[in-house]
Amino acid sequence: MKTDIILAGVGGQGILSIAASLGAAALNENYYLKQAETHGMSQRGGAVVSHLRIADHPIYSDLIPTGQADLILSVEPMESLRYLPYLSPQGSLVTNTAGFVNISNYPDLENTFDELSKKINIIRIDADQIAKETGNPKASNMVMLGAASPFIAIHEEIIIKGIETIFKAKGEKIVEMNVEAFKAGRAFSLNKC
Amino acid sequence: MQRNLLLGVEAIGQAAIDAGISGVYAYPGTPSTEITEYIQNNRLARERNIHREWSANEKTALEAALGMSYAGKRTMACMKHVGLNVAADVFMNMAITGINGGLVVAVADDPSQHSSQNEQDSRFYGKFAMIPVFEPSNQQEAYDMTYEAFAFSEKAGLPVMMRIPTRLAHSRSGVVQKMVQTENPLKMPENLMQFMLLPVYGRKYYQNLLDKQDWLAELSEESAYNQYFEGKEKSLGIVCCGITYNYLMENYPNGNCPYPVVKIAHYPVPQKLLQKLENECDELLVVEEGYPLVEELLTDFFGKGTKVSGRLDGTLPRRGELNPDHLAKALGRELEEPLQIPDTLVGRPPSLCAGCGHQDTYEALNEVIAEVGNGRVFSDIGCYTLGALPPYNTINTCVDMGASITMAKGAADAGLSPVFAVIGDSTFTHSGITGLLDCVVEKSNVNILIVDNETVAMTGGQDSSAKGRIEKICEGVGVAPEHIRLFVPLKKNHDEIVKIIREEIAYNGVSVIIGRRECVQRIAKMKRLHKKEAAKNGQ
Repeated sequence: MKTDIILAGVGGQGILSIAASLGAAALNENYYLKQAETHGMSQRGGAVVSHLRIADHPIYSDLIPTGQADLILSVEPMESLRYLPYLSPQGSLVTNTAGFVNISNYPDLENTFDELSKKINIIRIDADQIAKETGNPKASNMVMLGAASPFIAIHEEIIIKGIETIFKAKGEKIVEMNVEAFKAGRAFSLNKC
Repeated sequence: MQRNLLLGVEAIGQAAIDAGISGVYAYPGTPSTEITEYIQNNRLARERNIHREWSANEKTALEAALGMSYAGKRTMACMKHVGLNVAADVFMNMAITGINGGLVVAVADDPSQHSSQNEQDSRFYGKFAMIPVFEPSNQQEAYDMTYEAFAFSEKAGLPVMMRIPTRLAHSRSGVVQKMVQTENPLKMPENLMQFMLLPVYGRKYYQNLLDKQDWLAELSEESAYNQYFEGKEKSLGIVCCGITYNYLMENYPNGNCPYPVVKIAHYPVPQKLLQKLENECDELLVVEEGYPLVEELLTDFFGKGTKVSGRLDGTLPRRGELNPDHLAKALGRELEEPLQIPDTLVGRPPSLCAGCGHQDTYEALNEVIAEVGNGRVFSDIGCYTLGALPPYNTINTCVDMGASITMAKGAADAGLSPVFAVIGDSTFTHSGITGLLDCVVEKSNVNILIVDNETVAMTGGQDSSAKGRIEKICEGVGVAPEHIRLFVPLKKNHDEIVKIIREEIAYNGVSVIIGRRECVQRIAKMKRLHKKEAAKNGQ
């Protein structure tokens, strides 16, 4: 078993809580994991990416080779496109549709996604909206993790345990809300598949 | 065995605690910052009250570490690669004095310059100083080698450098920890003149360092971290340094690399292992993150020997960090055509945060620059460096910490007027004060803007040594009090800021204009911390 994931977003959007939840899940299962992330200058509103690799055997490289990612999970639509060369042709792209517009030349992406969906499996989800509907607008990241979960080779229950581990310190209510968000995202994707 | 998910930098921090350090000394710098932050937040480090405050700069940090070593305790200094330039004086000389308590210098290099002015390779400093350098290939080795480095330092009587690149610094993996050691007792050096480098002593100690070199080479030869992996295909022998071993093996997921491989993680380079590889193989490929240090060593100057390829002959890129694709290509593998990035995609460069005070300062400064002409704003390193990018395009230089003030001075000496220096609060106390003194002594005609956000912002909001001290420092250095001006960088104060800058341009001498408003990220960070503390106390 191995799942190679590119996590994409903009500095400050918090893709690291997604990575942390999956990391906790992987650790609980005694899987091997490597996760390379972006710190420093780019975090100031720039493009950030994390390479997350999970396997049942030792992993060598901290970076995913070109064309080998099973999944691009992006919390921002334009950022999901920046790392396409990493994606395996059999891989999936799961992206939030809510754009983070902090540049003046932000492009219209509708045609690009239409064209791309002829080549690869794409799930586009308004995670911000779904998070609001589940009563926790801050849990958009967990909606995204839920939407991506059908493409990750870790059982749903184990990822939920990972989420519980990460949010445990913040109290039961926060854990519940994040798990709800995860489930809502997962249901959305399963309906599309 | 319990595994904890740790970044490479965190593994180094944990290992240093477990090896019984009594202090860490550092100035923040990506990608090294989190070594010290990890120690600051660690429970055992707090219980033991290990020294863990930030230093004013890398030089003061490394000197303090040497003082702690003098007193017999184990200690670590941490910095980014260019920080070692700042600390180079003590670094070179501490190799000659040697150490008392184990001393590790953890240096994080930044190949590809993710957050740096250059991608200099710290291994050259290690070789220059003639001290052992450890270059782990993964998080577990980062832990194990740091843990062992303190005892090794004491055995060798020398400081040890831990060198890691960004990709290992900021990548997480499961790490198994070792037993926690007790701290060293206070213990004076046996020779009370050990740290005395008057030439009469210095010559002797330098000879001692030279005499140790063969022994250090033998220790490298025996190191468990320098390994020879047999391979049946002798047409090529591969030398991999540190993390690059993973990029090679990623191409052989079952571990079945057909070529003989020497993995180097402990310097000086293991000569016998390399000799064996050269004897067995037709050609050599050298793979290293950073500059071609080993490749230059192995490349035959007169072209009479074994062919060596790597970064110098174009087999691997000369610049930038490596990855598994580079190795695949160097090994002659055909890669499938990857998916293309659509043309619609645009760049998203880093930018000043919404609400950042630097924006208001640059808006005002730009208005004045429109009157006096472009090309006269000297700056250096911090969040404010983003003022070089649109929409501001205000600053013209960024070379090294503190160079804003001194370059402005040199340009003023040359006759350029008016000139501006833009420097942050923490950069000012890191390397700006001595330059300001030069200006004061010579009554240079400079306008120094200290953009004070009361924190080390770019690296994540660490405490700034400058906080609450800037005016007093400037007065103490000798700036005329009436030319130390203060403003609050807010939109509503725009006209006032412009007016202050215009008034100070009119003054022929040293002006310091301080714009003070706390970093918006720091405010948010402190709120989060207080909330967390409150929740903890509530339980």
